[in-house]
Amino acid sequence: MVRRKCSPKNRTIATYLSKNTTDRLFYLIKTPVSFVFCHSEPSAKKALNAAQPPHNSKFLIIMTLSQKILSAHCGGSAVAPSQMIMADVDLSLGNDVTSPVAIKAFSESGGKAVHDPEKVAIVLDHFAPNKDIESARQCAACRAFAAEQGIKNFFDVGQMGIEHALLPEKGLALPEMLIVGADSHTCTYGALGCFSTGVGSTDLAYSLKTGKLWFRVPQAIKVTLKGNLPPNVSGKDVILNLIGKIGVSGARYASLEFFGNVSALSMDDRFTVCNMAIEAGAKNGIFPVDDVTLEYVKSRTNKKFEKTDTSDIRADEYEREIIIDLSKLKPTIARPHLPENTVTLDEIAKEKIKIDQAVIGSCTNGRLSDIKAAYEVIKGKKIARGVRCIVIPATQEVYLQALRLGYIEALIEAGAAVSTPTCGPCLGGHMGILSDGEVAIATTNRNFIGRMGSKTSKIYLASPYSAARAAISGYIG
Amino acid sequence: MNMKNGKAYTFGDNIDTDAIIAARYLNVSDFDKLKAHCMEDIDDGFAAAVKCGDYIVAGENFGCGSSREHAPAVIKACGVSAVIAKSFARIFYRNAINIGLPIVECADAANDARNGDVISVDTERGTVNNETLGKTYSFPPYPAEIAQIIKRGGLLK
Repeated sequence: MVRRKCSPKNRTIATYLSKNTTDRLFYLIKTPVSFVFCHSEPSAKKALNAAQPPHNSKFLIIMTLSQKILSAHCGGSAVAPSQMIMADVDLSLGNDVTSPVAIKAFSESGGKAVHDPEKVAIVLDHFAPNKDIESARQCAACRAFAAEQGIKNFFDVGQMGIEHALLPEKGLALPEMLIVGADSHTCTYGALGCFSTGVGSTDLAYSLKTGKLWFRVPQAIKVTLKGNLPPNVSGKDVILNLIGKIGVSGARYASLEFFGNVSALSMDDRFTVCNMAIEAGAKNGIFPVDDVTLEYVKSRTNKKFEKTDTSDIRADEYEREIIIDLSKLKPTIARPHLPENTVTLDEIAKEKIKIDQAVIGSCTNGRLSDIKAAYEVIKGKKIARGVRCIVIPATQEVYLQALRLGYIEALIEAGAAVSTPTCGPCLGGHMGILSDGEVAIATTNRNFIGRMGSKTSKIYLASPYSAARAAISGYIG
Repeated sequence: MNMKNGKAYTFGDNIDTDAIIAARYLNVSDFDKLKAHCMEDIDDGFAAAVKCGDYIVAGENFGCGSSREHAPAVIKACGVSAVIAKSFARIFYRNAINIGLPIVECADAANDARNGDVISVDTERGTVNNETLGKTYSFPPYPAEIAQIIKRGGLLK
């Protein structure tokens, strides 16, 4: 088998062995100038000899960052795009909407005890605090399951926050982990250099039962960041700009891997960027681990973790490269009803779009820096007459810090309503549902038809800065 | 699996999971109750009209958005035999497979089909037959691992 890793200085020939979708083995030989597919080992060896004699059997297994993490979780052998693998899962997550379905599937399939209660997290955030009797029953089912299974990482009202803001805060998401969550925005944790992806409830039941899950290995798109962000431009504008460029299915089945000047983005910005990778159809979004990541993780946990080596990742491993010059970005808005309908704030301002509601919160933009950005725009001013401004800190910790720093007081004085953490209006659950024809600007992640209430309402996606501006003027701009 | 003839219900590109089943209803997880709201925000007559054995035919990126398994589950609960689309969003794709809802990626069949056409699907032969148009389309076989899950009727079967 032609599968040996070489030292970086011998990186002249690269090869990997894998399977394609019809389960047939192939060898992909890469050289500095070309690549060739071979369907047998003799032909692979022949191609290698022809490529660069003598090669001294020095081969490099080339993979993307995401593929490296998947490889490390299925025995360490190289993996290649489209290959089907069964991988070990480090953390499985569910919420009050998806866990009840998973719990039912788990018990109906004969599940008795979860594979490892330490590797499970359940967060009641979507319809919690319970909005009605039905949602109370769903939360009760989660509560009973967590108690029965000895799940320590169970977060109920009082401790809970929006899952994707909460888990990193609690030090549960770490570099090089493989995390699955029955919530599409599970891709958020890729900001910490782990492979993290959204799955369904049956997937969650299977990983609870076995500690493993099936994956189709994704190809990847490389996003190279250049320059630094201008004032009042944030991670939300970066990801909306990218989705506007590639479309809502532009990264379908692929990883979005961010390289280049990643140090230009704060940890919160990176969470926002990875959070909305799914909005481009991506399987996951991921940043390499740097000092910013290490500082964050070390402030959250003493647990040991691995840091994936990215020094040998080559540009030609990517399906395509997209370059984003951060210094050229402007505050960006996505019009209804798709996140790809992007326009810059200065452009859309000309249309004088009047809003009924501004929502600042969600797993995308409910972190401390987001509340701070809104506070800086709103402090000392008043929310426009006729506008409901709803601010939802994503976790108890964010809420408490924002309170101590005076942000909450200033927001309330301006006329904003501040809520306990919940996903709430983002998914049209509760705490700010829109009536017929109403218009909202929201720091949330989806502006689909009916997402925040009536099917005739409209949602404009924006950063906290842009949403706060609209909240005080009454108009997008 | 050779499925019987059914009526095609056509939809466009980027049909999201909120359109398939709006999150406002997800305070319950009984799919037989939820099926009455299937496709409600984009076609409020669908749930009442669709019959057991009918098909959904759609464009690109069907099932984009949330990871809710309720989306393929309510489609299945409505009696839909299979979803045929130009392409599927990835979480919807794996959810459908995991719960045993057949899904077929076949761009030509999805392109040609009109609302109300009589169609059928044969997952073993890999064909979509549009009886109204008199055309048969083929689609590539599922990867072996996925074919096995489909054969078992779902991931936990």
